[in-house]
Amino acid sequence: MIHTAWLLPLFVPFLVAPAGGRLASNLPPRQAMWLLTATAAGLAAASTCALALLIVPGATHLHAVAALGHLLTPLSSGSPDTVIAIAVAAGALLAWCAARLVCGARRRWTQLRHAGKLAAEADGELVVLPDEHPDAYALPGSPGRVVVTTGMLRALSAPEREVLIAHERAHLRERHHLFTAVVDLAGLCHPALRTLREPLAYALERSADEAAANAVGSRRLTARAIGRAALATRASSAAGRTRPGVTLSATAGPVPRRVAALLGHGTETRTTRPLARRAAVLALVACLAFSAGASLQAADDLHDGIEVAQGEAR
Amino acid sequence: MGDRNAERRPAGELEAGVLAALWAADGPLSPGQVQEQLGGSLARTTVTTILSRLFEKGTVTRQRSGRGFVYVPAEDASGLTARRMHAELAKDEDRGAVLSRFVSQLSSEDERLLRALLDGEGDAP
Repeated sequence: MIHTAWLLPLFVPFLVAPAGGRLASNLPPRQAMWLLTATAAGLAAASTCALALLIVPGATHLHAVAALGHLLTPLSSGSPDTVIAIAVAAGALLAWCAARLVCGARRRWTQLRHAGKLAAEADGELVVLPDEHPDAYALPGSPGRVVVTTGMLRALSAPEREVLIAHERAHLRERHHLFTAVVDLAGLCHPALRTLREPLAYALERSADEAAANAVGSRRLTARAIGRAALATRASSAAGRTRPGVTLSATAGPVPRRVAALLGHGTETRTTRPLARRAAVLALVACLAFSAGASLQAADDLHDGIEVAQGEAR
Repeated sequence: MGDRNAERRPAGELEAGVLAALWAADGPLSPGQVQEQLGGSLARTTVTTILSRLFEKGTVTRQRSGRGFVYVPAEDASGLTARRMHAELAKDEDRGAVLSRFVSQLSSEDERLLRALLDGEGDAP
C-alpha cells in the first residue's frame, strides 16, 4: 500500500532546490524572492505531509490507533515489519523536524520581537551610531529603523547616503525579514531547502537595490554607493577593526554581482530570453505541484485503505 | 523637477537625509550649509523647518551663530540608545537572520572585481 510515489515529496527538494536557486539568479529580484519563498514553503509542507502519511499504515498495527479509526484489521500493505519500520523511521524524523521547527520559530520570533523593541526605543527613522567603522543595516519593527554608523555616513557623499537609506527603507517596507524567516524555517523542515537561503538573501538585496535606484533615479549612483560602501568597510576591517557578527557576512561575492547587475552587466537583464525563463519558472511550479500532488495522492490512497480496513465494501 | 520631487516626499524621509548630512559633517552646519550638502534638492525653508523639528525632538542641538543657528547632532541621548542597541544586537550571533546589512564582506577577488567595475564606470561617458 505504501507506493514509491509517497516518498517523492521527500526527494523532490534535493533536485528542485538547487535548480530553483540557479533559476532565481536569472529572474528579476522581486519575482525571484517570491518564487524562492513559495518554493521553500511548498516543498517543506509537502515533505512534512509525506512524512506524516508514512506513519499511518504502521500505526494502525497499534490496537489503540486501530480502535480509534474503527479499523477491523491493520491497513493491509506489505509485511507488517517493513510497514512498522517505515512508520517508526518517519515518526522519528517528523518528531525531529517538528522540534527543530518549533525551536527555530520561537527563536526567530524572539529575535524579531527584540529587534522591534529596540526599534521602538529610537525616536527617528535614522539611528546613527557614533563609530568609525562603516556599517549599516535595517532593524525590522513597526516602524522599523535604519541603523548606520558615522563611519559609513562619512564614507559616502550626500546622494550616496540617500541610496543607502532608500535601500534599507526598501528592506523594511517590503518586510524582507519575513521572507528570510519563511525560507529559514523551511530549511529546518528539509535540509535540502537550506540551499535556498543564499539565493533568497541575494534576491532581497537586489530587490532593495532596485528600489533604491528607483528612489534616487539613478542605477549608476546606486551601484557606486554600494561599491564605495563595501570598499570602505573592507578598508576599515583590514585596518584591524573587527565588526561584531562577522560570521553573518562571511558569504563573499554578492556585492560585485549586485553592482554589475545595476550597471547592466548582470545576467538578469531584460534581454535574457524571456521564453526560456518562463519555461524554467513553469517547470519549477510543475515540480511544486507534482510534490503537492504526490502528497495528496498518498493521502487518497491511505483513505481508500482505511475504508477497506474498516470493512466497508469496495 | 527634482526639487519638487524631493519636496513631496514624506517629512520623515527628509529628516533622515538632513540628519545624515549633519552626522557626516565635521562641525556644526547652518541650514544653508545643510542645503548645500544635500545638493540643493530641498528648499532652504524646508531644511530650516526640518532642523527645527529635529531640534524640538532633541535629535540635534543648536547654537547661535551670527544671525541664525548652526546645528550639531546630539550625541548623548540618541547616541546612547544606538550604542546600547548595537551592543545588544551584537550579542546575538545569529543576528544576520533578522538584520539586512547594506553590504556584505568582500573577498580580495571581490575587491578587485568591484574596483574594475567602478573604474570602468568612471571612464564611461
